[in-house]
Amino acid sequence: MVSLSPQTSAAAIGHRPIDWLGQFRGLPLLPLAILVPFVLVAAFADYIAPYDPTEPVAGMKIFTPPAWMQGGDIRVLLGTDFQGRDIVSRLIFGARVSLIVGVTGTVVAGGIGTLLGVLAGYLGGWVDQVVMRVTDAWLALPALVFAIFLATMLGPSMWNIVIILGAVYWTRYARVIRGEVLSLREREFVKLAEIAGASSARVIRRHIVPNVLNTAMVLASLTIGVVIIAEASLSFLGVGVPPPQPAWGSMLAEGRSTLMVGMWWLTILPGFCIMLVVLATQLLGDWLRIRLDPQLRNL
Amino acid sequence: MIRFIIRRTLYALITLFILSLTIFTVVRLTGDPVSLMAEPGARAEDLDRVRAEWGLDRPYPVQFLSFLKNIATGELGKSFNYEMPVSTLYFQRLPNSLELAAAATLLSFLIGIPAGLISGVRVNTGWDNFGKVVALLGLSVPGFWLGLVLILVFSVWLEWLPTSGKGDWRHLVMPALALGWYFAASLLRLTRSSMLEVLRSEYIKLARLKGLPGYVVIAMHAFKNALIPVLTLAGLNLVVMINAAVIIEVIFAWPGIGRLLYEGIFQRDFPLVQGVVILAGCMIVLINLAIDILYAYIDPRIRLTR
Repeated sequence: MVSLSPQTSAAAIGHRPIDWLGQFRGLPLLPLAILVPFVLVAAFADYIAPYDPTEPVAGMKIFTPPAWMQGGDIRVLLGTDFQGRDIVSRLIFGARVSLIVGVTGTVVAGGIGTLLGVLAGYLGGWVDQVVMRVTDAWLALPALVFAIFLATMLGPSMWNIVIILGAVYWTRYARVIRGEVLSLREREFVKLAEIAGASSARVIRRHIVPNVLNTAMVLASLTIGVVIIAEASLSFLGVGVPPPQPAWGSMLAEGRSTLMVGMWWLTILPGFCIMLVVLATQLLGDWLRIRLDPQLRNL
Repeated sequence: MIRFIIRRTLYALITLFILSLTIFTVVRLTGDPVSLMAEPGARAEDLDRVRAEWGLDRPYPVQFLSFLKNIATGELGKSFNYEMPVSTLYFQRLPNSLELAAAATLLSFLIGIPAGLISGVRVNTGWDNFGKVVALLGLSVPGFWLGLVLILVFSVWLEWLPTSGKGDWRHLVMPALALGWYFAASLLRLTRSSMLEVLRSEYIKLARLKGLPGYVVIAMHAFKNALIPVLTLAGLNLVVMINAAVIIEVIFAWPGIGRLLYEGIFQRDFPLVQGVVILAGCMIVLINLAIDILYAYIDPRIRLTR
């Protein structure tokens, strides 16, 4: 027999005051401390950014170094780029691009992949064959090469990048979720629903989809960092977000030529932002994985 | 075994077919490759002439059949810019990419495997935590940014290494590290989890019960078996690195396949871009097939169950 300690039994019947601090315990503080500021900055970029990120700052020289260095100017805290544009403002608007592409690209990929994975796994037969053969074929191409190819064909724009990254990364979802659905299909509650006369559409909606959402969430947490880096890579190569719209990847590329003369801030700062955001999403993903599904810890 | 090989080969062919169909469709869906790649202001007759030359005025199914035939015979068209067959260009650059990818793989082995081994053997110690941090950074620091940081530190500030180009080993260190960085982290994670799994198994317990010293158990019994999944990953990854090191090759001006693709994008050299993508896909599908067959040969369970 298990004997309850007085403390736990008191908690069980609700005599304990609500533990407000406890609400935060277990929340992943470090990743949130990184991500929340980035999200806020991205959301309110129009109010926070000191200058227009696409126009040179009036009266400021090009390649002004950060304020604390010799020749720096307090009005442009992190200096200006090759056109005299304010780095701080460009980083702020770049955050918006990275986060929008990261989140929506992941949602598109997850949506397509989950839908196709569920259909393939539940319907089986030729649907399964077609979906899985396409998945195999698309997985054969290195994701970045495939994305570059699509971007070259579609032409540069932020929303094209979202579509492209969705089209490139859905395959992982499809494969994992199909496997999950195959085993769900054999479970008793699904069998019972079928015997009770539920249509395929209803079984999928009521019984299959809710049970694969956790997996989809965990996969999404793993994908989002990859998508952000992929967007930066495409922008770096000049087939991503088109100039003059600021994106961290294209800022890196623009700063590359002046890196050789020691102007490190033009490349180091946007790259550091990418790293911080991706790091935070990774940590958040780890937390989510353990929280949602202990079986996926090794994924 | 024969049946297994036939079935796998068939799958690989289907994969290649779908790949070609995808590329063919994308190119035609997203507009006219000729006008996309032509100089602005080109005359309409000239465009028509190029279209006829490429057979783009024929019906789609006919175009697709000849497209497939061309892929099968390795006839991937001529690069606009180089005026050379794309496949010749690709195979000219292949040794350079192979060299870089091999160096990157070697470096990631040197970093990832020992670190993963120590993390796996000394779980939840300082070593393990250090390993976890390295693994996390490996996944979140983009390789191209690491490359730029390396250039800044070792070429610009310290002036130890050349910034770019191909030459002796000093040209190879930084691009190999930047390219292998991500892979080193995934190797670390895989070696660690693989070690953990092996160390829990019965034969390790038996080896310990026999009274073998700890290092013999780990080196001779555990590590050897933990290495199997690691080597599979390494093989696949090598092929991907050969074909997908676009940004690293651009940053370090490394004359490999990735840079060829980049040149193709910038010079609006449509046959070059399409050809490199197709060749990369073919190469990966074929290597996958080879690995599958090799595995089935080594381990009969694989060919019987699947």
